[in-house]
Amino acid sequence: MAGGVPNLKVRSSHTLNRSSQLSTESAVVKWFLIGIALLYLGIFLILPLACVFANAFNKGIQAYVQAITDPDALAAIRLTLLTAVIAVPLNVIFGIAASWAIAKFDFRGKNILLTLIDLPLSVSPVISGLIYILIFGAQGALGPWLMEHGIKIVFAPPAIILATIFVTFPMVARELIPIMKAQGNDEEEAAITLGASGFKTFMLITLPNIKWGLLYGVILCNARAMGEFGAVSVVSGHIRGLTNTLPLHIEILYNEYRFTAAFAAASLLAFLAIITLIAKSIIESGIYQEMRLSGTDSGDKSV
Amino acid sequence: MAMIFTKHKQRTLPGFSLSLGYTILYLSLIVLIPLSMLFIKTASLSFSEFWEIVTAPRTLAAYRLSFGTALIAAFINAIFGFLVAWVLARYSFPGKKIVDALVDFPFALPTAVAGIALTAIYSQNGWVGQYLLKIGIQGAFSPFGIVIALTFIGLPFVIRTLEPVLQDLDPEIEEAAACLGAGRWQTFAGVIFPILLPPLLTGFALSFARTVGEYGSVVFIAGNMPGKTEIAPLLIMTKLEQYDYSGATAIAVVMLIVSFIILVATNFLQWLSAKRIGMS
Repeated sequence: MAGGVPNLKVRSSHTLNRSSQLSTESAVVKWFLIGIALLYLGIFLILPLACVFANAFNKGIQAYVQAITDPDALAAIRLTLLTAVIAVPLNVIFGIAASWAIAKFDFRGKNILLTLIDLPLSVSPVISGLIYILIFGAQGALGPWLMEHGIKIVFAPPAIILATIFVTFPMVARELIPIMKAQGNDEEEAAITLGASGFKTFMLITLPNIKWGLLYGVILCNARAMGEFGAVSVVSGHIRGLTNTLPLHIEILYNEYRFTAAFAAASLLAFLAIITLIAKSIIESGIYQEMRLSGTDSGDKSV
Repeated sequence: MAMIFTKHKQRTLPGFSLSLGYTILYLSLIVLIPLSMLFIKTASLSFSEFWEIVTAPRTLAAYRLSFGTALIAAFINAIFGFLVAWVLARYSFPGKKIVDALVDFPFALPTAVAGIALTAIYSQNGWVGQYLLKIGIQGAFSPFGIVIALTFIGLPFVIRTLEPVLQDLDPEIEEAAACLGAGRWQTFAGVIFPILLPPLLTGFALSFARTVGEYGSVVFIAGNMPGKTEIAPLLIMTKLEQYDYSGATAIAVVMLIVSFIILVATNFLQWLSAKRIGMS
């Protein structure tokens, strides 16, 4: 998982039944380790989450509602949704095409292609925005031509959407590739041999097989698309009500010392993060159940 | 998970040229051509101009801060991440499923949200910051704050690379070691740890790669003083705002090359790790 996005994997929900006393620690050591682990996660994960909601509501519900129904906030929410609605489907189409080519066929240079697909995840978000400025900006390669024709890309929604597509580029593909690989080609080959068209084979055989992985990729891709800050910040121009996404709106409020409003807007994104985690867990247990029912050996030793 | 690899992939399936063609086209348009602009723009500088920008004291300070804090954060995550992965893979305790799901929280939470929340917690009136101040540590607006933000951002990587390896570890190996007279600690240090080292290093590298270019969470907590708490991505941003596109690009190219080296190294580590597991 180079580049670092969680891959959909089936984790057994139980600890392995360690049959032997020889391979476990004493209860004291065990609870000591659990204690440190929970303390670490508590400080780094729970505390920030609690902080967001505590600060969002510290001036009461009314101030909270006022902050998130402010016209600038609503404009930011609209632009954030628009960005995700365009970026996610485009990356889904790419993800399906890339995983079909990479998982179902052998060809030269596959490893190079895989590394290049992963590249956007290890590029600094600021650089992800910078590259579009270098193309579409006033001093950029296409800048003069765009100006002549009155097309605005940088400091306008098109560049925000492009930068978002870039940072979420591999997220669907990298979920689908291992799943399609694991499934092999047998079912599709049978369908083709029996006379089904390529499209029909994909819709009736491949798609049902990859649906969990696809959903997982869409959810992760969407969370990042709605929350991206660095790349979008470079290309947005921060024009209030026009080119501010929700994360940029938070920054502006925060820099104006309107902390309650900033945290209220942040709470919407924190809420999105929680929903994302819940959806992710449901998908993981869904695929776990399905594998148990179909009797596929998932390497689970506890059942 | 049982992987059923088909060895013979003859091209009986349709859509190869369409899917590969589209993949390469989209990859080129969105990623490769835009990224190559960095190098084209840098090439417009003479080498001495480029060298002057990337070795300016302010730039060097920014690189040192970005790489240094990312390394420290990756170390913290390697140590505690190892512990968390061990606990999640081996022990059962109430609420474990929720804890396990929560590990991915830094992936799901937008960086700007993490940034303002951590700043609020570690600033001088914050929940933790006020106590840190009493023992003489300035939480937010210092390199300490940057390390905190980067530790948050890089937290899931070590855990998520180690957890599956720990779960697939055959208990018989440890039982065999114990039967041969090894103590629990000896078994851990001599048998388990060597198997876990490659995935641990992978997690470390992933965490480092993700955090070294991090902007959103750091920009709030860092304080952003040139030469002191100014990270490299922020310096790029500052140069851009001054319309110094060449300067921004030169600094970015150096960061991009480092990222690419880390990416290649990580892929090598994963290959090594897969080989080890295959052997064990």
